[in-house]
Formats: sequence, C-alpha cells, structure tokens
Amino acid sequence: MNYTFQFGVALDRLPDLIPGAWLSLEIALLSFWGGALLGLLLASFKTYGGPVTRRLADVYVTFFTNTPALIQIYFIFWGLPDVGIVLSAFTSVVIGLTLNTAAYLCEIMRGGFLSVRNTEMEAAAALGFSRWQQIRYVIVPHIAKTIYPALANYAVVLTLGTSMAMIFGVEELTGRAFNLASENYRHLEMFTVVAGLYVVLTLIASLALALVGRKVFRVKVRLI
Amino acid sequence: MDRFISLLITFFRPETLGLLFQAIGLTIALTVIGCVAGFICAFAVVYARQSRSWPALPLRIAAILFVELFRRIPFLVIIYLVLFFLAAIVKGASLFIIAVVAISIYATVYLSEIIRTGLESVPRQQIEAAQAMNFSRWQTLINVIVPQSWPVVLPPAFAFMVAFVKDTSLVSQIGVFELAFRGRELVNQGMSGLFAFGMISLIYFLLSYPLTRLGRRLEKRLAPSRNQRS
Repeated sequence: MNYTFQFGVALDRLPDLIPGAWLSLEIALLSFWGGALLGLLLASFKTYGGPVTRRLADVYVTFFTNTPALIQIYFIFWGLPDVGIVLSAFTSVVIGLTLNTAAYLCEIMRGGFLSVRNTEMEAAAALGFSRWQQIRYVIVPHIAKTIYPALANYAVVLTLGTSMAMIFGVEELTGRAFNLASENYRHLEMFTVVAGLYVVLTLIASLALALVGRKVFRVKVRLI
Repeated sequence: MDRFISLLITFFRPETLGLLFQAIGLTIALTVIGCVAGFICAFAVVYARQSRSWPALPLRIAAILFVELFRRIPFLVIIYLVLFFLAAIVKGASLFIIAVVAISIYATVYLSEIIRTGLESVPRQQIEAAQAMNFSRWQTLINVIVPQSWPVVLPPAFAFMVAFVKDTSLVSQIGVFELAFRGRELVNQGMSGLFAFGMISLIYFLLSYPLTRLGRRLEKRLAPSRNQRS
C-alpha cells in the first residue's frame, strides 16, 4: 500500500462542512415532521377508517415500503417534469423522504393505537374521567410511551438517509464533502472525516432523544 | 394512450429487455451475496463481541467499535469510503467487487445487532446448565443457544433482507449496472422519466412484495413456538 494519508487538508475544511451538516439536519427534521403528520393521518385511517379509506392507506403503505426511497425521489425529480411539475432538488428530496417516512411511521403509530386496551378506557371511565380526560391522561401518554423508542430510532435512521440528497446535487454533508474533495482529490480523507461527523451527529441526536424519552415519557431508551 | 403504448413497446424491445433482465439479475445477485456474506461475518462479529476471556479482549473491542461506528455512517458514505479505499490500495478493483464489499459491511453491521439480540434472548440458566455439563463455548453456542434463538432472530433478519433489496439501489451511484442505474440510463436515452421510473419501481415492488408476504407468514408460524418457551 503506497498511499499517504493527508488528513490535514481534509480537517482544514471542517468549517466548510458544518453548513452541510445543518442542511442534513434540516432535511431530516422537515421530512420527519411531515412524515409524522401524514403517518398519523394514515394510521388513523387504517385503525378507525371505513373500508375505502382503510384500503387506500393500506395500498399507500404497501407501495411505499416496497419500493426504494431513491426511486421515489427519482420519480419526483426526473419524472414529474414530464407533466409540467418542476421542483428543485431540495424540495424533491424533502417530499420524497416525507412520503417514504409517512409509510414507515404509519406502521409504528398503528402499533401504538392497537396497544391501547379497552379495559384501560373502562377503568378511566369508572374513575369518572370525561372523554377528553380519557384521551389526555390515558390514551395519549400510553401511545406516546409505546411508540417513542421506535420513533426515536427512525429519526436517527432518517438522518443517515438524508445523505441520498447528494445524488440530486443538494449540498448537504455528503454532497458538500464530495464537492470540497474534488478540489484536491483527497476523497478518502474527506469521507473519513465526514463519516466521523455523522457518527458525532447521530450520537448527539441519540443521546438527546434518549434523555427526552426518560424525562418526558418515562421510557427506557438505549442511551447510545 | 397511444403514447403510453408506444412507450411500452420501446420499454419491452428485445435489446432493452435483455439489459433490463441483466439489471434485475445484478440487483438480486447483490442482495443474495450481501446477505450471505453479511450473515457469516455478523455471526463472527457477535462471537467475538461476546467472548469474555482476556486474550480476546482486543478482538472484542474491535467488534464493538466496528458495529457501533458503522451503524452511524450512512450507507452512501460507506460505499464511497470503500470505493476510495479500495481504489487507493488495490489497482483495478472492479465496481462490482467494491459494491459487494460495501454491501457486506452494511449487512454485517445490522445483522450482527439482530443476531446479538436473538442470542441474548436465551435464558442464562440454559447457558449455565450447558457449562455445568462441561460444554465448550462453541458447543454451547451451536447446540444450546442457536437452536433456541432461531425464532427470535429469523423474523427481523428476514425483514432486513427484504429491505436490503431496496437498499442496493444506492450502489447505482458509483456506476454499478443494477436496476436504479438502468432507470437513469433509460431516462438519459430520452425515455419519459415518469414512465421509466414508474416501471422500475414496479419491478422493485414485484421483487420485494412477495418477500414481505413470506416474511409475515414466517413470523406468524414462528410466533407460537416463541410464546411457548417464555
């Protein structure tokens, strides 16, 4: 092996990588919350909806969980212009990831809905809770506690998934690293640094999510 | 409608169809090779990680670091790391080899977590009983732990393999000629993106959906035996 590593050049560009990391987080947050809202809608369709809405939500989830997110974004970015809808790379990626996330989060939330037992509601009613109080003090805390670990885990996976945006020319962490490395062809060092940044980023995210989970929802989430 | 039919005819022309099947074959090959290599390596990693003896300590630390670090690196970045690393040390490594190495690393990391959870689900008393009967560590693993953890490992491992069919689409980025790459090429040749990517996602769906169904049936069949034990 006659390759001399020069991490100096890559580490010098660390300040230039930070805006990329922010953009990665921005994409992840937007698609997570968008996906969570749409997923919540789909999950309530699937659990409480009539036969038609139930079937529709079912088809949506089956389709989006069985095709790659990458192809979904390709479809939005390179397919939709054929019918006159031209979206920027950033928008396409966010929309694609949102639609994809919604399908996965729907399944997680549906599990939470189904975990509420009738006896719990009866117990609450027996204690004189009003309908609103039942939702506020019994159902929501129960569901939140059940699905929080899975949601937190998905948020981290999604943050890693945003690296896909570089394929469409978005300058998030991976894309920025690629472009910066093209100046001096130190790709190997640059990507090692970027890998380290991703590790640090997701470690902080996991730690924060675990602490929130312990304080707010009283669930044990693996700290790291 | 006429346009759609003419697109269908272009899509299913014999020469394009040949390339399409080649691309499907490569996607399947990458998935199968990645899963098999990943399963074997993951088993080795878990074995190293669970060793408790002093001489094996460096090995154990290496296994933990490998899994915990690579779990937090995006698959795309792993692909690039392997690409640039192999390009630096091996002259003329083919793109297919690079893709296989990257995919195997990714599979090893995730499958090792699944296998580890499965192995740890076996009650401690079982292991102590095996030790009392003078089983070696390897014998305990093969004859006692693995048969019992099988129902816990199989459903999530299968789900991971199904997801893997879709994850392989990312290696198109370094130019491996699989399905996603084929779709991009069709668009570059002037085919409507809406149609080309619609067809490609349909093919992915046809590959992935039967496996999803199979996985669900597997889970249902294994579930009773899991409940019996606890």
